[in-house]
Amino acid sequence: MDFDFTDEQNMVRDGISRLIREQYDFDTRRGVIASEAGWRPELWAQLAELGMLAAPFSEEDGGFGGATEAMIIMEEFGKGLAVEPFIPSVVCAGGVLKHGGNSAQREEYIGGIISGEMVFAFAYAEPRGRYDLANLETTAKADGGDYVLNGHKAVVIGAPWATHFVVTARTSGGQTDKDGVSIFIVDKAAQGVSTRDYATVDGRRASEVYFENVAVGPEAVIGEVDNGLPLIELVSDEAIAALCAEACGAMKVAHEMTVEYSRQRKQFGTPIGKFQVLQHRMVDMFMEYEQSVSMTYMATLKLGDDEVTRKKAASAAKVRIGQGGRFVGQQSIQIHGGMGMTDELAVGHYFKRLTMIDSEFGNVDHHLKRYTDLSAADVPVAAE
Amino acid sequence: MNLEFTEEEKAFRAEVREFIENNYPQDIGTRGVDDEMGREDLLAWHKILGKKGWSVPAWPKEYGGTDWTPTQRYIWGEENARKNTVMPLPFGVSMVGPVIYTFGNEEQKAQHLPGIRSGDVWWCQGYSEPGAGSDLASLKTTAVRDGDDYILNGQKTWTTLAQHADWGFFLCRTDPDAPKPQMGISFILVDMKTPGIEVRPIKLIDGGHEVNEVWLTDVRVPATNLIGEENKGWTYAKFLLAHERSGIAGVARSKRGVEQLKEIAAAEMLDGKPLLEDMGFAQKISQLEIDLSALEITELRTLAGEQAGKGPGPESSLLKVKGTEIQQRLTELTLEAVGYYGAPDFRSFPDDGSNDFPIGPDYAHHAAPTYFNMRKTSIYGGSNEIQRNIITKMILGL
Repeated sequence: MDFDFTDEQNMVRDGISRLIREQYDFDTRRGVIASEAGWRPELWAQLAELGMLAAPFSEEDGGFGGATEAMIIMEEFGKGLAVEPFIPSVVCAGGVLKHGGNSAQREEYIGGIISGEMVFAFAYAEPRGRYDLANLETTAKADGGDYVLNGHKAVVIGAPWATHFVVTARTSGGQTDKDGVSIFIVDKAAQGVSTRDYATVDGRRASEVYFENVAVGPEAVIGEVDNGLPLIELVSDEAIAALCAEACGAMKVAHEMTVEYSRQRKQFGTPIGKFQVLQHRMVDMFMEYEQSVSMTYMATLKLGDDEVTRKKAASAAKVRIGQGGRFVGQQSIQIHGGMGMTDELAVGHYFKRLTMIDSEFGNVDHHLKRYTDLSAADVPVAAE
Repeated sequence: MNLEFTEEEKAFRAEVREFIENNYPQDIGTRGVDDEMGREDLLAWHKILGKKGWSVPAWPKEYGGTDWTPTQRYIWGEENARKNTVMPLPFGVSMVGPVIYTFGNEEQKAQHLPGIRSGDVWWCQGYSEPGAGSDLASLKTTAVRDGDDYILNGQKTWTTLAQHADWGFFLCRTDPDAPKPQMGISFILVDMKTPGIEVRPIKLIDGGHEVNEVWLTDVRVPATNLIGEENKGWTYAKFLLAHERSGIAGVARSKRGVEQLKEIAAAEMLDGKPLLEDMGFAQKISQLEIDLSALEITELRTLAGEQAGKGPGPESSLLKVKGTEIQQRLTELTLEAVGYYGAPDFRSFPDDGSNDFPIGPDYAHHAAPTYFNMRKTSIYGGSNEIQRNIITKMILGL
């Protein structure tokens, strides 16, 4: 048992934290999210150059690490509210490829992800599927050796910046069957792909993505046809661990900002941080943060365990982080008072990001139910 | 980073598991409602561990400790929780013992440490007073020097299991004129058989007799029973509070408690199905388990810090707050689970030797008293509000 980071991991943290501190201050971010592009491709190139986009991959795939490295990077992203698509491109698409891709796919696409030349978005959600990863109306019909995709993917984060999509689609079975789900790589420039782009409330960009008779070859399938769900679930658990880390970074900063503000802000002739009711609230925020860090470690370190253990850990973490993030976010605004309501202060933006993290890859209710369903497999002996 | 125990740690777990399996006395009850167990039952395991040399694992080797790492001590706690053993009480082992070997003189060590290790001497803690709870430093019990003795007068309260105690450690005011209340307090060991001590039971809301008032009237104690220096008692008291907090979160016991709760929920029926299959109730258990997982990892992180040489810090306040909240929630859900049969008071059951018509399931008998009793956990050992004050000061710096 060991909670220490290796020297190499500490170097990753130092590198990314310096980059975000020096080049991603709040005013810069404000400019970036208001810009036409909505992100910083030049920073992405810099991350690639520093090797950060290779961090979660094995040496065989051209990288040097795994889930712990992704956790470290996303925690730092969370501290700076960086909007760049590390989770969609590196964790999700990269994850699908590293676990399910054949050697040609890995070489081409993981190489592209690591170099930053290819940017992926993960088109898994649908307007009517809610958080059920198997509930798919998007279809991919076999046509000779090829597939023809039709459907509508919802709120695809980072899609406006993407060169490629990883798309989940039904190749057989009924709309919610666990079997019959397959995973495809689709070039954004392919004929029949269209997007409607927009900003999200937490400063990112996303698209509704439409596939109309998009033809792809057999080389576009990742993993086994009709048996893509286990891989999607695995990658979504990896994304959850990374998202939890991002939430921890955001919670830490929101909490620190709030404590600092309570030192400065005076009412009734005294800093409001002297009021016990606010002190205890801020202690509760601190405890929520610490418990969230613990759960993030657990989810990350159990990604390689057996399926049930992995899923339970990811769901448990997502529940705890959803609840902790909500509490820390809401109380940060409350303790900042009217100033917390203003767009001018950073704290509101941390609150908004924490709020949106809850619904990504399933919210508290979804994961509490998933955890409970998974627990039902262990039936205890009834007491007498 | 990894969550795995090392091979040595796994071997250690197997060793202690086997020892517990082979040596834990089968004829003693499990500790639920304290006053149902007699002194000998409460000491039985302590005495066995004393002979084995495992009764005071956290002590330095020279005083009889085991040299176990913090992780090994954690494993030891887990394995004991698995078997629901009645562990040595903390008053000697975790509280006064470390104060004696750290601040006591050689005579005091020689006189007291062996009895604490063996379990032959029962200790109680004379800290709280009717007017000094969270504000402990305002205590009023006096110790006045008279020749070679101190004369103690005052009243202590909430003294846990003092009805069995052979010795007590008391905080007394020796300098009423000290510039700060903390500066006039001394730490004194008292033989509970000394004339002038009266132990009066306090009945608690669970119906049990767990705590007492201790009245001190002209109690004459040899001055050699003073620990360290006169008027420095507050320092020793604070040391004691910060010492050996591993296990404070009660994670292992709560895990065992969740298992029991699930067994009960599997036996109770709702709409023709086990209560455990009811999504509403099952999700309450899930939430508890999730909160407990978070606490467990937080405790392991603290432990890893301790292993790396960082002393237990204010994180132990977090462990105390979250640990007790979970313990309370667990007993709350257990009471919910047993339904109607939470109501009958087991202390009033007819003693007619008949088992033909049992009053409700056995597992329901202690549900309500235990729930009532566990409300104490967020009050004792520095209330959870005081713990939040500590975090405010030590971590938030406000």
